[in-house]
Amino acid sequence: MNRRTIRKIRNGAFLTLSVVATCVGLACLAALLWTLLSHGIEGMSLQLFTQMTPPPGSRGGLLNALYGSAVMTVLGILMGSPIGMLAGTYLAEYGRASSLSVLIRFINDILLSAPSIIIGLFIYEILVMRMGHFSAIAGAVALAVIAIPVTLRTTEDMLNLVPAGMKDASAALGAYPWRTVLSVVYPAARAGIVTGLLLAVARVSGETAPLLFTALNNQFWSTKLDAPMANLPVVIFQFAQSPYKDWQELAWAGALIITAAILLLSVGARLILSLLQTDRSAKR
Amino acid sequence: MAIIDPRHAARQLIYEKAFRSATLAAAMLVLLILGGVAVSLVRGAWPALEHFGFGFVTREIWNPVTDEYGALGPIYGTLVTSLIAMLLAVPTAFGIALFLTEICPPVLKRAIGTAVELLAAVPSIIFGIWGLFVLAPKLQRYVQPWLIEHIGPIPLVGRLFQGPPFGIGILTAGIVLAIMVLPFIAATMRDVFDTVPAMLKESGYGLGATTWEVIWNVVVPHSRVGMLGGIMLGLGRALGETMAVTFVIGNAHRISASLLAPGTTISSAIANEFTEAVGDLYTSSLIALGLLLFLITFAVIAIAQAMLRRLERRVGS
Repeated sequence: MNRRTIRKIRNGAFLTLSVVATCVGLACLAALLWTLLSHGIEGMSLQLFTQMTPPPGSRGGLLNALYGSAVMTVLGILMGSPIGMLAGTYLAEYGRASSLSVLIRFINDILLSAPSIIIGLFIYEILVMRMGHFSAIAGAVALAVIAIPVTLRTTEDMLNLVPAGMKDASAALGAYPWRTVLSVVYPAARAGIVTGLLLAVARVSGETAPLLFTALNNQFWSTKLDAPMANLPVVIFQFAQSPYKDWQELAWAGALIITAAILLLSVGARLILSLLQTDRSAKR
Repeated sequence: MAIIDPRHAARQLIYEKAFRSATLAAAMLVLLILGGVAVSLVRGAWPALEHFGFGFVTREIWNPVTDEYGALGPIYGTLVTSLIAMLLAVPTAFGIALFLTEICPPVLKRAIGTAVELLAAVPSIIFGIWGLFVLAPKLQRYVQPWLIEHIGPIPLVGRLFQGPPFGIGILTAGIVLAIMVLPFIAATMRDVFDTVPAMLKESGYGLGATTWEVIWNVVVPHSRVGMLGGIMLGLGRALGETMAVTFVIGNAHRISASLLAPGTTISSAIANEFTEAVGDLYTSSLIALGLLLFLITFAVIAIAQAMLRRLERRVGS
């Protein structure tokens, strides 16, 4: 065999391996989604949205968990995203390349990928221990701490996309930077900021580990913020590990609801971004 | 000529200072959070660290009855499951990234790329229950008996595949982790490969190189730093992952030679035991585990970020 044939064979072999790797990887992920879909649809019913989580051995729904997840996610985002947005504004408009900004960016990227269970322990130490009991508000704060780095990152990226000419024009009219940011930069980056919010909601609503030691769980309907509150991820965690068939079915149904919601949010965020990009290139 | 009202100008200046301070305060809060995490973990872990000293990291014992704790079991489990995950996920992710950048027809490129990115957003608890209900029984029935029968008798390597097929265990946790970090690493690697200038690749093809030769001699050397950064970020995720692992690890604080045996990881030990821990020393030991995890992941993520940043600067210049 001459060198040319060997090279061709090697080329073919490695490219085939690459295709095989793609097929294997996608097959694993497809299998996962398929199981989720088939088990989840089996457990779907109207009861899910009208009844509370049941005691073992009886049927029920997920109403209190859905409510708790919604409340804590909304509160977490309401607390976390303004902080993330303001901090992102500082990095994009004021700090830019200062060494403080470089440090904050670095720390933020670390927080972005830090294990969320650590955040749970942190909030347990500073809130749950002080209050003496688990509470929905502690859960919301834990989610807020997770939302901050996500919104910070997207806000900074989106503000940087705003053309410098617009800011210069505003400054030339005599506006202070705060006026420019509020009246020119934020409106121009609106779609991008909404995308960041959607991504933050998607990220936060699937988090389980930080809620485990903060909001814990509650089998009953509760709207009190300073008491333990049911939430979808922790219910899935507890019910899936139980030996009861009814509970496992509810866990699968909950898993499907959560995944569908998160995928919808991510797709929505992507759509807004792609609309934004075509919009921008059309204007050019 | 317009007359500037001095009071208006003064008010504007005050607003400016207030807004700037608000944004700065928010930015400083990010530093404060990381500092707060570190301080609160050290404070929570102090009783255990004081009581057990350095032995906490080197002892394998974990006994709530006699109140004796050592972290070696969870540390071992964390490192080994992550190692298995990386061994499986990195080559597969490399293949996917190559497929997406070099082989895939443009029609599919966008669709598969988006699918991979969306899968990276699926919450980890989903991977956990899938591992428990679907993967573990399959492994127990088909894969593990084969491993025990055929690889078990081989000296040295065989030690890793002996004992009964539990289904759940270190190996299963590693596989679930691999599937979980796969989309993440693949997406990062694809982005890195995309930064290789087309001119460099075309030059390779112009010299008569095959696709694989261009990949191995042009694309890979050019993206080495970014690839490592992506792998380290994936490793950071795998080390700290809680929910995907907790379901399938078996929660046993023992170090077994066999990968088929149940074990525990730092994060799954905390998730399983923290709310049920009675006694200050028990709680404190679990927080000390958290501190260890924090230190390990901090180092890994910091190195990853530094690498990706170097790449960004190079692309930017």
